[in-house]
Amino acid sequence: MGNVLTIILQRLLLGVLTLLIVSVVIFTAVNLLPGDFAQNILGQGATPDAVASIRRDLGLDQPPITRYFDWLGGVLRGDLGTSFAQANFASFTGTDSGATTVAAQIAPRFANTMFLAMVTAAIAVPFSIILGILAALYRNTVFDRATNIFTLSSISSPEFFLAYILILFLAVLNPIFPSLSNIFEGMAFSERLEKSMLPALTLTLVVTAHMMRMTRAAIINLLASPYIEMARLKGLSPMRVIVKHALPNALAPIINVIALNLAYLITGVVVVEVVFVYPGIGQLFVDSVKIRDIPVVQACCLIFAAAYILLNLTADILSILSNPRLRHPK
Amino acid sequence: MIIWILATLVGMGALAWGFRFAGQAATGNAPKFRDMPFGVAYGYVLGAVVLLWLGWAYLQGRSADPLVANKFFFLRIAIEGFIIFAIAAWLFRILGRSVGTAWTKKMFRSMPLTASFGILTILIYAILAIFAPAIAPYGQEQIIPGVAANITPGGDPALGGSPDFPLGTDQIGRDILSRLIYGAQNTVGIAFATTLLAFLLGGTFGFLAATLGGWLDQVLSRLVDVLMAIPSLIFALLLMTIASVWAPELGIPLTVFMVLIIAVIDSTRVYRLARAVGQNIVVMDYIEAAKLRGEGLGYLVFKEILPNATAPLLAEFGLRFCFVFLTIAALSFLGVGIQPPLADWGTMVRDLGGFVNYAQFAPMAATAPLLAAGAIALLTVAVNFVVDWMLHKSSGLKE
Repeated sequence: MGNVLTIILQRLLLGVLTLLIVSVVIFTAVNLLPGDFAQNILGQGATPDAVASIRRDLGLDQPPITRYFDWLGGVLRGDLGTSFAQANFASFTGTDSGATTVAAQIAPRFANTMFLAMVTAAIAVPFSIILGILAALYRNTVFDRATNIFTLSSISSPEFFLAYILILFLAVLNPIFPSLSNIFEGMAFSERLEKSMLPALTLTLVVTAHMMRMTRAAIINLLASPYIEMARLKGLSPMRVIVKHALPNALAPIINVIALNLAYLITGVVVVEVVFVYPGIGQLFVDSVKIRDIPVVQACCLIFAAAYILLNLTADILSILSNPRLRHPK
Repeated sequence: MIIWILATLVGMGALAWGFRFAGQAATGNAPKFRDMPFGVAYGYVLGAVVLLWLGWAYLQGRSADPLVANKFFFLRIAIEGFIIFAIAAWLFRILGRSVGTAWTKKMFRSMPLTASFGILTILIYAILAIFAPAIAPYGQEQIIPGVAANITPGGDPALGGSPDFPLGTDQIGRDILSRLIYGAQNTVGIAFATTLLAFLLGGTFGFLAATLGGWLDQVLSRLVDVLMAIPSLIFALLLMTIASVWAPELGIPLTVFMVLIIAVIDSTRVYRLARAVGQNIVVMDYIEAAKLRGEGLGYLVFKEILPNATAPLLAEFGLRFCFVFLTIAALSFLGVGIQPPLADWGTMVRDLGGFVNYAQFAPMAATAPLLAAGAIALLTVAVNFVVDWMLHKSSGLKE
């Protein structure tokens, strides 16, 4: 067991290291911008004195390495800086109430995005596993081929196409769900669920194909093994053979793919949130990109990268835990 | 609503049981019906119900009452489109089996319908993209004088259309049909160029890392690891923010920056594959022999490794193209990709997307954004079908 712990610790350290390097990349990229924050805030009519004083207040006159560690230290304390678009004079003199900080903007939206991702996962994971089992059970039939074509089409369509198709059929022609997801704080859970149903269904369509195909392939791979043959010869029904004998052994690759797809979900939300005007972190990111609100872009980027690395790490660790051969490396 | 769905499901269960029982009775307990699991019987009934419902919906779409017809208009178009495409793909496969060299004939003979549909679609897109200026009735940026903006598609003057503009005009009076055709040139052309660049970068460095090994391999691989740790769409958006500040200062169009950024981000994936494939080839005896002959690095990479790595790289090219194409479409849809006045499908969907909400009353008005989005979807689906078939063929997977 100690062996497993060392491996997991190693992976965790590697993940933290990756995150650190990624933060350096993001910081460097942002510092490639021409001009600096101070000039951008003050605009064209800035006097050199004013620019210099804001630079001093923000620490922009420091060398890049000092600034990087200041930023990193701030991030670790939960202080992501001051949003550009919300900035006013007060926020630079320290008399601000705190509503314009990046952290205050991101926190509620981050919760919304996590809610959407969880609703999607709750629909997509059981759906795709059941579909995968059925496709493996009735392999090479019309059902298998139809599922294959359907999932391949849905995964290769752009997210906004699927979103508009769903809006067309489920919101406009048959008003079942609302097409705008205007979610606010203090909303009842059921209403919230109803409003985020269409974005969740769109994301489900996007991630189902991969998980379903992996489930099908993992099960079919095992069907040639001797113990499956034994179970068949015992006279078990095909459904029982697959669910009781093949599925437990196929779980490792399936869990891995689920974790990877959840990682994809975190980034796939960007386009979907924009289509449905869902107040999540993806929409904030796109809006900030358009108005070049650098501190927010930087912070969102870091959060997305962290979530992505964390979920990939989880996939990695789960696949080690579920495979005895990796658990005891030679 | 939910009660109705449940009742239908239970009812179908009863039907399935009855179907199996009737089958057993009618065929004198033939093995097909005797050993049929309940799930299979249920599947038959489900398929029949879905087919019946589609037929009913199609008839509804053709009904004279405009309110009912509007509601099923899109389903009708989808069914008609599906049938037309299926027939076209089938005819194309027959054509391919009888015309061409022996090699292509053999290829078409073993081809599934999905793959022939994919090849046909890719050919149509290629023709549209290459001959766009000759096919399109108007220019992509042309604001036709004296023509109203927002003419509804359909060409029926009673519904706000115009026979001169079969797909209507957009918000500033440009012909949508022409912009769709030019979109094939711009969107597909830019995506294709980006993929080529990504392959050039990733392939070159991947093969170099595989052949030379050592510190070069280490440095490149760790660099790629870091770049791959950031989700690609997010990284592209971050870099596009920075590029959008630089572009006007340097006087270079933003689209050039986009091509470079996406090519670099995607070349990391190509690098991984090229390196892995290259490493398997480098240990072969014929490489050793070539090295002993005293061949140089260029000969090794281009004459020995590249020809042996073509098959996996070609399949990867198709998939990579889809990813690049979708990324560019997503960026354009978000407003930071291909810049106006170039006609581009992603931008068109964003500009016209609001019309989907009028589908209940004027179904034609909603078709314009769906056509642009559908054009993207159709091409990626087609490429995926072809790649799927190629992979299936080369892997020899039978079950």
